[in-house]
Amino acid sequence: MNIENKQHYDVIVIGGGATGAGTARDCSMRGLKTLLVERFDFTAGATGRNHGLLHSGARYAVTDQESASECIKENMILRRITRHCVEDTGGLFVTLPEDDLAYQNNFVECCRKAGIDAQPISPEEAIRIEPAVNHKIIGAVKVPDGAVDPFRLTVANVVDARRHGAHVLTYHEVVGFLKDQNRVTGVELLDTKTGERSVEYADLVINAGGIWGHHIAELAGVKVNMFPAKGALLIFGHRINNVVINRCRKPADADILVPGDTISLIGTTSSRIPYDQIDNMEVTPEEVDVLMREGTKIAPSLAYTRILRAYAGVRPLVAADNDPSGRSISRGIVCLDHATRDGLEGFITITGGKLMTYRLMAEWATDLACKKLGVNAKCRTAETPLPGSELDRHEPQTDMERKSHVIALSTDQKAAEGRHGSLSTEIKYKSDEDEALVCECEQVSVGEIKYAIDSLHCENLINLRRRTRMGMGTCQGELCACRAAGILVKSNRCVDRTLRDLSAFINERWKGMYPVAWGESLVEAQFMSWLYESVCGLDRIAKPEDKIDEK
Amino acid sequence: MKYDTIIIGGGISGLVSGIKLAKNGSKVAIVSAGQSALHFSSGSMALFGHDAGGDILRPLEAIAELPATHPYSKIGPDAIKSMLPEVKPLFAEAGITLNGTEAKNHFRLTPVGAFKPAWLSMLDYATVDSLDNIPWGKVVIINLKGYLDFYPDFIARGLNACGLDCDIREFTLAELEVLRKSSTEMRATNIARVITGPVLDDFACEINRIIDDTKADTVLMPAVVGLFDEEPVKRLRELVKRPLRYVSTMPMSLGGMRAQMRLRNHFQKLGGTYLIGDSVSYGEMDNDRLKSVYTVNLGDMPLEADNFILATGSFFSHGLEATPDTIYEPIFGLDVNASHSRPDWYDTDIYNEQNYMKFGVVTDEDFHVFKDQRPIRNFRAIGAVVGAHDALKEESGAGVSILSALKVANDIINGK
Repeated sequence: MNIENKQHYDVIVIGGGATGAGTARDCSMRGLKTLLVERFDFTAGATGRNHGLLHSGARYAVTDQESASECIKENMILRRITRHCVEDTGGLFVTLPEDDLAYQNNFVECCRKAGIDAQPISPEEAIRIEPAVNHKIIGAVKVPDGAVDPFRLTVANVVDARRHGAHVLTYHEVVGFLKDQNRVTGVELLDTKTGERSVEYADLVINAGGIWGHHIAELAGVKVNMFPAKGALLIFGHRINNVVINRCRKPADADILVPGDTISLIGTTSSRIPYDQIDNMEVTPEEVDVLMREGTKIAPSLAYTRILRAYAGVRPLVAADNDPSGRSISRGIVCLDHATRDGLEGFITITGGKLMTYRLMAEWATDLACKKLGVNAKCRTAETPLPGSELDRHEPQTDMERKSHVIALSTDQKAAEGRHGSLSTEIKYKSDEDEALVCECEQVSVGEIKYAIDSLHCENLINLRRRTRMGMGTCQGELCACRAAGILVKSNRCVDRTLRDLSAFINERWKGMYPVAWGESLVEAQFMSWLYESVCGLDRIAKPEDKIDEK
Repeated sequence: MKYDTIIIGGGISGLVSGIKLAKNGSKVAIVSAGQSALHFSSGSMALFGHDAGGDILRPLEAIAELPATHPYSKIGPDAIKSMLPEVKPLFAEAGITLNGTEAKNHFRLTPVGAFKPAWLSMLDYATVDSLDNIPWGKVVIINLKGYLDFYPDFIARGLNACGLDCDIREFTLAELEVLRKSSTEMRATNIARVITGPVLDDFACEINRIIDDTKADTVLMPAVVGLFDEEPVKRLRELVKRPLRYVSTMPMSLGGMRAQMRLRNHFQKLGGTYLIGDSVSYGEMDNDRLKSVYTVNLGDMPLEADNFILATGSFFSHGLEATPDTIYEPIFGLDVNASHSRPDWYDTDIYNEQNYMKFGVVTDEDFHVFKDQRPIRNFRAIGAVVGAHDALKEESGAGVSILSALKVANDIINGK
């Protein structure tokens, strides 16, 4: 890169999760010249490893009023600005015979205090609304929970940041800070694909690295003590429930079942892990057993439903006390100006919080950035729809128009519209081939894959999976991974890299399969090995790169 | 209904033993749930291709060194040598031409451009005797426009690594364009249904045009020709002016499906009964013998036989089942060789050895199965359900299936 032509940014945002992407969007909307850097792919951290629950805040109502009221406010905002990423499923808090029904009264009271519309209903009514719930429940409360797709949400923020002039670098890790005395002046970057190093300058650097922000702060020479709490989840092969089911008790293991797209998710566990284990997200047999044991209590059919995979994420909580579970810690937002806190100018950390409050976190961080940079611009992210959720003037308005619109689309086009909202009009179907299906489980067409490669920062199959759901279905990528690799290689023209990528993708799918490799999942896994190892001999020609970024 | 032998499972091992027995005049029934592993075949079969030291050229030498628990050791190297000459003729009678020899492995070209050792390969699949000096001259890899299960770039990379010069081309025919109007129909089986009869002439004409254009000496194409029999393959041999070789595609495997159908038809022509789409639900014992089995479709009508053969395959074919805390044989509850602790089943790297691949039912030296630690005198297991071998790591799956099938059939014929 030519040093003379080097950009000077107002702000560099570190971290391609929802918070970082949201912050880059907010900064660029307020006219700041912004660079977003992410060491791997968007949503590779905690953003892509949670329930995808659009919290009503009810879960925190009893233990943390502040978080609860933040949640419900953001819940209402996200329903407006990112409606293509949100599904209004509604939610239930159910009391099982083994739970204390008295908790429910206090729970409803606390919800109301926080501004959450919590309505006690009869168990019969709850079973009618959601037949998958355990029919032995003794109490139920209806709350405005929903489902949110964190992958699409994050990418929509990135797309909008870019539309407002932001630059975006994925696969670039911050490995050092440039400083001028007590002021951060930029970052030193490592291209994690090529190993090349470069520098970028800015007046201000915002650390939105989630749990990895602990390390990023250290690189800058300041200390932000984060508390890594691992949470494991299981994905089931189809939608068991259409309404979010929560257990009405003090938050504990495996008490939320969320429907999302084609699947249902049960989670989470909570266990404290050492900081050096945050990149090692293996799900243990014990965690799987706990999730199954507790999960089947709220929805008995989980016991005989195929499990697609297991995964885990790390909650980025800021350490406050010695609670071994990490649950009594506030999910509150922490926005640190390191100039006043540590005497280091030009550096902000935004952390704590949760997926639900990513936009508010971005607002706080950008407010502080604007104040420090002397920019007077109001936050507009709460009102301005994200790309994909704008009201398109072509969008059908009447029932009749909607009906004919739906009839005109093929199944995969409908699926694409569900995934990308109004952005799906950017998917080009130039030929019959563009309409051909790559992923039959999730109805992803060649056209959608090409769109993701061209417009959504996709360099590999894992990126494509996160952008399109390709490979997330019941076959776990068995048949579509190779097809997608065949398309990818036509755009990157790098056969060796694509084969290594294919090999890594298959291994990545296995990482989520082996913890639940029994029943149909083991059948699928054996088929996958049979196909890629025995029939193809992929292991002979393409050992995955040593550094597999996303496990 | 009473048979001499009832075989549970209609994949390669079940069919080979069924054919052998039927040829010998036995009254045989096969109960088959439907698809088998053959539907996902590479178009080649392996006897023994790989061990810790790498690829194996002479499989018989390697087989002689295997531990006593290995199915090949139970069959015995001498018995293997005596049965091997039967294999090609058995398939040929069914209408499946196989090339190769047990004396020395050849190498097949895989869908991603690797070469793997093989014993027998189906007609005109792309194989070489040795990776040095592949005698293909200039190669053109031709795909059909819009066919997504074949990867010319990956194959070209593999051939380039062997010093071959390749071009990549694609073409389409009006008949194929019809398939392309639907988003899911451009698959091997559907293409094969179109590329037949008079369409073969147009198909060959396009290939010849590309040969003229590229001056290629060898043509590689996806294996999308000849679903029901080898006739279209043989016809293209005559029509295309340079050697045309097929590379296996991602599923479905056309060669595998063809083999499955030919073997089944052959078995039926020999008088065998093939109960398709049915599965055995349980069996009735008489002391240390299996007296009869009951199937889903036939309900309470028993199928009786003097001998029974279990050929139900591995997990993939539901010959074995896993729950979170156990591995079991689902029809009869036979004794299994398997760990019941989940962490023992797998390695976290999919390309490493996976213990679950070797799980199987317990068998004695003659493949009799056991229930509650007691052998069942007239019930034997063959093929993948036997376990005790790693079909993937060893490249031994087809060999174990075919040879255990022949051994058990011979034993039954000889009244052993």
